[in-house]
Amino acid sequence: MTIFEAVHQHAPMLTVLVPMLSAPIIMLFGNRQAAFAIALTASTTSFLLSLQMLLLVAQGGVISYHIGGWAPPLGIEYRIDAANAFVLIIVSSISTVVLPYARRSIADEVAARHHTLFYACYMLCFTGLLGVTATGDAFNVFVFLEISSLSTYVLVALGAKQDRRALSAAYDYLILGTIGATFFVIGLGMLYMATGSLNMVHIAQVLAEGESNRTVRSAFTFIVVGMALKFAMYPLHRWLPGAYTYAPSAVSAFLAATATKVAIYVVLRFIFSVFGIAEEFERNTVQYIMMPLAVVAMFAGSLMATFSLNAKTLLAYSSISQIGYMLLGITLLNSTGLTAGMVHLFNHALTKGALFLAVGAIIYRTGSALVPHMAGLGRQMPWTSASIVIGGLSLIGAPATAGFVSKWVLMQAAFEAGMWPIAVFVVLSSVIAVVYVWRLVEVLYLQPAPEGRSVSEVPMTMLVPIWALALASIWFGIDADFTVQASRTAAEALLAGGFGGEDATIMGTRGRP
Amino acid sequence: MNDHHLILRVITRMLTGPILLFGLYVQFHGDYGPGGGFQAGVIFAVGFILYGIVFSLRDLRRLIPDWIIHKLVALGVLLYAGTGIVSMLLGANFLDYNPLAGTPIGGQHLGILLVEAGVGITVFAVMLAIYYAFAGRPPSLNDEDW
Repeated sequence: MTIFEAVHQHAPMLTVLVPMLSAPIIMLFGNRQAAFAIALTASTTSFLLSLQMLLLVAQGGVISYHIGGWAPPLGIEYRIDAANAFVLIIVSSISTVVLPYARRSIADEVAARHHTLFYACYMLCFTGLLGVTATGDAFNVFVFLEISSLSTYVLVALGAKQDRRALSAAYDYLILGTIGATFFVIGLGMLYMATGSLNMVHIAQVLAEGESNRTVRSAFTFIVVGMALKFAMYPLHRWLPGAYTYAPSAVSAFLAATATKVAIYVVLRFIFSVFGIAEEFERNTVQYIMMPLAVVAMFAGSLMATFSLNAKTLLAYSSISQIGYMLLGITLLNSTGLTAGMVHLFNHALTKGALFLAVGAIIYRTGSALVPHMAGLGRQMPWTSASIVIGGLSLIGAPATAGFVSKWVLMQAAFEAGMWPIAVFVVLSSVIAVVYVWRLVEVLYLQPAPEGRSVSEVPMTMLVPIWALALASIWFGIDADFTVQASRTAAEALLAGGFGGEDATIMGTRGRP
Repeated sequence: MNDHHLILRVITRMLTGPILLFGLYVQFHGDYGPGGGFQAGVIFAVGFILYGIVFSLRDLRRLIPDWIIHKLVALGVLLYAGTGIVSMLLGANFLDYNPLAGTPIGGQHLGILLVEAGVGITVFAVMLAIYYAFAGRPPSLNDEDW
């Protein structure tokens, strides 16, 4: 067996394993330059492997990998279908783009003795997010969720060199995140009690055969509420603005683009693949509780963004409203709605990633994230400012940007479900987005620069990642075939329920039952 | 060194050895009975922490400096994952211990021993790191320390 075949056979495992190994190796080397090189290599490897897996499952189908040589449901299984391959791509591509940027940004924003630690924590967080996505074992989701969350708290707290409030923000996040994780694991406990299994496929089978009972319904509620805390569903979003505002810029960009997306994916996986939406209780929870909250989030998030003084807070609140759009698509419970949710997962990751990186670039040069301090930067930092305009247009959903595609599919889904008021809400909340994006544009371009401030454009290593994401959000706005097609396959896979069931392509060797 | 707490100091000296020995017992007995790397790591660390509490953190830090602790944390994880990598290299799935030795049973024994050793090392080092972090905290923080 050649090395390529071997890597191919173990791809589901290696995607998660390579970043996981990189973290202790970074610690053992203990050298800042080596740490960066190792992290970037691991992240790129992970990206290539997830790309390969996406190609394998793009036409439908499921990959299964039996860890430890024990077959599920007893053994732990990694299971990749179109939905999580798509999310793996989001996470690994964003990480690979953010890392080169992080090098300079972190050198500026984090104390020098913490740099190696930063890369180790970043890779652990990355590992956790990939693991949550790749696994087919419900308890494994919890374990990886904790790996990513715990390292996230550290990453947010590393912003303390810039602003002490990072510490209290990290603490808030720690408390709320832990409550979320606790709810999630309580839900898993109940699910285990009801079904006697932790393997998602097996749980789904047992649930489909048996009658629904109160334990199962409580489990569903606990899991949804726990994860809703993690992805900041309105009104459980209190941790998010603080964490995104005070974290180092590269961390904000990485988290905003990936962490909430992965949590939304987990909810999707549990609602559609594990519990299924056949039961009335599940349907009602999603339609009558989550959908109104999603609509409220769209407006509340946008309104709060309008009044934020700090550009990072503005983007954070905008994230809350964008999460509302994703959730709205999902709660429509039809194929097009799910497609809209998935495609917005991807498009928003690109857009918000670009915006946070661009604001980070401004902080790198001017040292301030306050909107009034950005006056006149449009001339002094033309490239960074232009990327903010592109990102802003995509947030609004202007044609020829990625955001337009998401909203277009979302409107289609709303009409398909016969809920035209939803489409009106989407348009109205987009109008509020125009207001907060315009605030940024006005300050950047129409106000004169203060006397005596001379700043120049950020170095190429930072500009290239920003523009990679900004151009991607234009590219996927014009040529939406790939994203919409991948999202549609993902949506079909989720709606089919049961996480692929028995027929999966086994990679590596088949486990012993 | 002052002369206070004579009883504590004598008892600690007597206890440290058995505690460490018990830690090792729990570690290596993990295959057959209750125990394993996690518990063993904690017990083993307790031996050192007790020494640190009764004598001084300064002495303990001289014995095991911070940088060693940091490397040990990483080393344990690496040993765990490395065992899985070796089984991958031998043509099995990640963490499948069967091919590690001549027979599957021998492989499982060796595999779990290595993995538990990894867990033990990391837990031990993390316990000490937490103790150092809390006990070694200066009464007030400088602006530079953040």
